[in-house]
Amino acid sequence: MKTSSESDARLARLLVAPAVIVIALVAIFPLGWTVWESLHRHDLRLPWLGQPFVGLGNYARIIHDARFWGALGHTVLFTVVSVALELVLGLIFALAMNRAFRGRGIVRLAVLVPWAIPTVVAALLWRFLFDSQAGIANAILLNTGIIDEPIVWFVHAFTAWVPVILADVWKTTPFVALLLLAGLQNIDSVLYEAAAVDGASAWRQLTRITIPLLKPAILLVLIFRTLDAFRVFDLIYVLTGGGPGTSTEPIALYAFNALLQNLQFGYGAAISVVIFLITFGLALVYIKGLGAGGAAGAER
Amino acid sequence: MSDDLRPAEAVLDRRANGSDADARSTPARTKPSASSILGWAGLALLVLLIAFPLYWAVVASFTPEATLFREPSLWPRTIILDHYRALFTTRHFWVPIRNSIVVAGCTTIFCVVVGSLAAYALARLRFRGKGIILGFVLAVSMFPQISIVSPLYLMLRALGLINTYPGLILPYLTFAMPLTVWLLVGYFRQLPPDLEEAALVDGASRWQSFVRVLLPLSVPGVATTAILTFIYSWNEFLFALSFTVGPDRQTVPVAIALFRGQYQVPWGEILAAAVVATVPVAAMVLVFQRRIVQGLTAGAVKG
Repeated sequence: MKTSSESDARLARLLVAPAVIVIALVAIFPLGWTVWESLHRHDLRLPWLGQPFVGLGNYARIIHDARFWGALGHTVLFTVVSVALELVLGLIFALAMNRAFRGRGIVRLAVLVPWAIPTVVAALLWRFLFDSQAGIANAILLNTGIIDEPIVWFVHAFTAWVPVILADVWKTTPFVALLLLAGLQNIDSVLYEAAAVDGASAWRQLTRITIPLLKPAILLVLIFRTLDAFRVFDLIYVLTGGGPGTSTEPIALYAFNALLQNLQFGYGAAISVVIFLITFGLALVYIKGLGAGGAAGAER
Repeated sequence: MSDDLRPAEAVLDRRANGSDADARSTPARTKPSASSILGWAGLALLVLLIAFPLYWAVVASFTPEATLFREPSLWPRTIILDHYRALFTTRHFWVPIRNSIVVAGCTTIFCVVVGSLAAYALARLRFRGKGIILGFVLAVSMFPQISIVSPLYLMLRALGLINTYPGLILPYLTFAMPLTVWLLVGYFRQLPPDLEEAALVDGASRWQSFVRVLLPLSVPGVATTAILTFIYSWNEFLFALSFTVGPDRQTVPVAIALFRGQYQVPWGEILAAAVVATVPVAAMVLVFQRRIVQGLTAGAVKG
């Protein structure tokens, strides 16, 4: 018996090794390299300067970089607004989907397609809808008399955010709804029967039964969506390019521009490390929250 | 005793095959409740809101550019194939399609093969450091891609792999590998271990019981994992944008994002390309929707 468990362990190490080595080589090693880069001045346009060690110089530069703080602000704004909208809308849709009804297959399909299509394609669709000439958004607003002049959406900082947020909500609310629906289906419907017998209103059932029991699923959605929204890149790269100016530039796009447009690898790496640390911190906070939520869920 | 159980059973029954039960009780015979009408109307609205941008893009991709800008119409008045023709002749759109298939396909095959070995060990075998490895896999799946773009670029440049297929497949492993391992561990754990144990008792080795018993049983799970990995790889943008130069090795998302017209935005061709890029994933969703939903929610719930 002992030898078999030993040989099991040997086999296990053999089987796990390739995957672990691959992940270490393509993810962990590069992450360490990013940190190392961030401590150096490395400008690919000025190769004769070499890569002098500058300590935390790049990080000191970040602190005084208005464009960095702007980008961070945009990212936080985008994350908070879109995740909040997605959570509320997703919950409404999940509740509607949870009601047994015909045509569930069609709804599931409609819900999956936006999730499955490339983000780049979703961004282009919404850029087309909000095009100042051919866009239907302007046509609808003009025909209903809400505006008199077509809006040129992408030249003003405020209006440029409208298609960005709408596109993200359109693409990811379905995913949120699916996760919440899975959570809803775990709630024992006997609870609702009992509440109905006691004369509890639908609203009371929602706030006293559904939402408390759905807390683990909601936390899960928050983790996934916040981490995702925080590293938003594709959507904004295609929809606004960060413009007008840099007024919709998120932090990942700023890092990308510093790296591959300006070829400032040291400084870009420092921004990347900051993004990594923020994401990691968020994940830790949420996992703690999820642990508490999971424990509460297990109590029932 | 059995009488006591009945209400609960009825409730469970209705949940299990809800559509039938509801269809029987709501229409005609009893007055449908206000909330069920509300739910139904809400869903119809949802489907409409989701479908409209897609529908609109499809219509526009078949509409002459002049009509597109003059007067948008809900119904296509004249259908033309010019945009699609231009896409495959002057734009050479089959090049990015081929690139995407090669890159996403190779990534998927490699990850499923290597990932299923690791997932078997993590799901079934006892060894030290299992929890650490699972945590490690999960942590890497949360990496922001941008945080490793610069070293990957320098690495690929040093190896001469910029603008090559391996130069995309290798970076893709950073997100695809953790995804496959994580999903497959979930699937393998769902399967009852009895059959493998029976095989072991009959004198099969661990390896034989994995290949002969577990793998055949987990074909649906492996297929779902492969589909999800393929979709994620097909849609990837940041790495493909960073590690390709010019149209030779660009993937579909990069090619579409960088479409430029001579004087104005070539909307007709862009939307035709968007439709072409969407068709494969939409087809997969259509065929495997049930499995995909299971895979997504199972993977997430365990995450």
